[in-house]
Amino acid sequence: MKAFIRGIGNISPQPTFEKEVFPEGIREYHTAKLQSVEPDYKNFIKSAQLRRMGRLLKMGVTSAGMCLQDAGIEKPDSIITATGLGMQGETEKFLNSLLDNGEEMLNPTAFMQSTHNTVGAHIAVMLGCKNYNVTYVHGPVSFEHALLDSLMWLAEKPSDKVLLGGIEEITELYFDMTDSLGFWKKGEISNLELLEDKRPGTIAGEGAAFFLLTTEENHGNYACIRGLTTRFNPGNQDIALSMVQEFLESKNISVKDIDLLLLGMNGDPASDAVYQPVLDNYSILCTAWFKHLCGEHYLASSFALWLAAKILKNGNIPAAVMLNDRPKSGRVNNILIYNHYRNIYHALILLSSC
Amino acid sequence: MEELIEKLKKEIIQVLNLEEVKPEDIDSDMALFGDGLGLDSIDVLELIVLLQKEYGIKIKDPKEGRRIFTSVRTMAEYILENQNK
Amino acid sequence: MANRVFVTGIGIICAIGNNAGETLASLQTNRSGIQPLTILDTIYRGELPAGEIKLTNEQLAEMAGITDLEMHTRTALLGMIAAGEALKDAGIDPKDSHFRTGISSASTVGGMDRTEINYRNYHQGAPYSNFILTHGCNDHTEKIAVSYGFRDMVTTMSTACSSSANSIMFGTRLIRHGIIDRVLAGGTDALSKFTLNGFNTLMILDKKPCRPFDKNRMGLNLGEGAAFLVLESEKALRDRTPLCELSGFANANDAYHQTASSPDGSGPFLSMSRALESCGLKPCDIDYVNAHGTGTDNNDFTEGIAIERVFGKKIPYVSSTKPFTGHTLGAAGAVEAVISVLSITNSILFPNLNFREKIDELSFEPLKEMVTGIRLKHVLSNSFGFGGNDSTLILSSC
Repeated sequence: MKAFIRGIGNISPQPTFEKEVFPEGIREYHTAKLQSVEPDYKNFIKSAQLRRMGRLLKMGVTSAGMCLQDAGIEKPDSIITATGLGMQGETEKFLNSLLDNGEEMLNPTAFMQSTHNTVGAHIAVMLGCKNYNVTYVHGPVSFEHALLDSLMWLAEKPSDKVLLGGIEEITELYFDMTDSLGFWKKGEISNLELLEDKRPGTIAGEGAAFFLLTTEENHGNYACIRGLTTRFNPGNQDIALSMVQEFLESKNISVKDIDLLLLGMNGDPASDAVYQPVLDNYSILCTAWFKHLCGEHYLASSFALWLAAKILKNGNIPAAVMLNDRPKSGRVNNILIYNHYRNIYHALILLSSC
Repeated sequence: MEELIEKLKKEIIQVLNLEEVKPEDIDSDMALFGDGLGLDSIDVLELIVLLQKEYGIKIKDPKEGRRIFTSVRTMAEYILENQNK
Repeated sequence: MANRVFVTGIGIICAIGNNAGETLASLQTNRSGIQPLTILDTIYRGELPAGEIKLTNEQLAEMAGITDLEMHTRTALLGMIAAGEALKDAGIDPKDSHFRTGISSASTVGGMDRTEINYRNYHQGAPYSNFILTHGCNDHTEKIAVSYGFRDMVTTMSTACSSSANSIMFGTRLIRHGIIDRVLAGGTDALSKFTLNGFNTLMILDKKPCRPFDKNRMGLNLGEGAAFLVLESEKALRDRTPLCELSGFANANDAYHQTASSPDGSGPFLSMSRALESCGLKPCDIDYVNAHGTGTDNNDFTEGIAIERVFGKKIPYVSSTKPFTGHTLGAAGAVEAVISVLSITNSILFPNLNFREKIDELSFEPLKEMVTGIRLKHVLSNSFGFGGNDSTLILSSC
């Protein structure tokens, strides 16, 4: 099962919806809560629809629109979305109202937009898209499962165009709640110096990244997704190295053909240590990271896919994401994305240039 | 009555988040739904909440709501008839 | 691709039974679970009836064999109970390394039943802050996966009221693609103040037991529950006798409005037609439709129109079983799939309770009385969710 990425759209804590992010556009943050750089939505959504939309819905619908425009496609065939927390802002709004008003005189709009499939549904209504439309909500591997479904769908219907999207938002309240559990670094912080900061915790992020997937070859394609795998590891065993080895073997690709290993390192020393056996065993590999740009969140791997697609299309790796200074000579042809969450969920995605 | 109509126009704009609309853009007898202001079934529900919160009037059936909210004037008339009942 | 996927086990807990046997007995005796709320702490206790499972969380925890109740939501407990029954019914162990076994589950409520209680207290730390970790829709799936030893594929979907129909569909496709050999597929949703109040703001709740497809229907009753099917490939089945086959399915989108369905029933028409196409069946091959039939003005009219468009003059038996269980939201697809399996394996059709008078615009009436001794070859089950998410499953006898 494989697919080509024909179009991309991304709204994230970096100005990713504008054409060039690297190197001049990179934003430094001195907070552990990275919020998206957002466009003026009035340029993308009619005010009659905009008035009712919460922030994440605006982000999702706009990012999807940008992706379709990038792909040169007006209407996809199917829409497969992923989110970990769902429509967090609208959920909080309704729940707070419920608790404040003792279950009376509550506003329906927030409730209606709190369902996890709201973004996919809205896109369908806006485009008149009557086909397969589902949403995956399995926390840190929501995006990978949506991607898996997309690949399965294209294997079943090769002429379809699949709009795949990952959306997640960090609200002030959710940040505060998770902060109380020790998720995030406290005090002085810089996202660009995250790996030098050896305190426990990481930084929170969010985003809405969309991809138009197709089986058709086209000079406009960004990359070819060759496969993925996910692992559920509740026992916190050391599976990193064996998982990577098995996956590469199953894809008939050798480590020396991997031009870039794009890692989900997030600045939490305990979490980053999980990748170490892979780094030690494959020390020849050129490595990069992405969570200093998008923050840690359940859909961070959708940002990684956006980044990998851009690298494969442009042929070079931005210095801002490099981890080791192994210069890459020649074109980048194969990227392996590896992200894990608390050593419980692991995910690998393999992409190649077209 | 006119004072209530003006108050309602501001409240409709606020509750339904009609950012681009000013009170003077809403004609008191203009259709709120369909071709007039273009409101829909979700807006009916929001206006029902407005009536309860601001005017203490409970509407039990959303279909009834649709009739009451034909225009700002019909809303005002309904409120004056039913407030404090 | 491994083509045929069989149902080898079922598990269910809902307002009319704590397991499949009890649920069947209630269905056979017209015993509805729509009652005044007694467990959910809400101001609407006297006003809004629901399909509430009359067991406290402590009692559910005992049934599920759980001791750390503070880390388990009601949604998760229901899921664990139904999952256990389904696995036992199928006689399979997810830890058996001869087969790749996954879980494809679904929920809309997730851990909200616990979140809404402690939402304002998280600063006090555990156990008040535990809801932060159990809030997500995936929490219950993880709890089931850890409890029963699933490793090969553990996933969750959420598409409002069609959620577990979609998770069953995905589980089936995972088997057909050879990614796993067998799957526990379904979903769970507990009652919560959040959803009760949410639906109340939409003004689509009936203050009396719901009357699907009735001219004077006044809305839906919420319910809670969990249900799972164990689905297996032909190879995994070996020489065991399955309960029935998951032979067809489809998901389509109405693409009309966030909460209202289109007047011509386009989404439901597409999901039913495409489900039939997916397994090469004609409309006349369907013996029974387990309708989504919520009792709302909008759904029943739209679904009715769509049924007429699909089946023309030869409309099969149709009933909604929501007057028994209530609308179990994310679990509805799976609850009604299990009820459809019970129909097939017991040769019984369950009635559409509370029906009195037909909708003027429709040509058909739902089933008013139970029918026994009826051989059912193909049963079609609908689940239509907010966001125009319309799903149809087809189950066939073997």
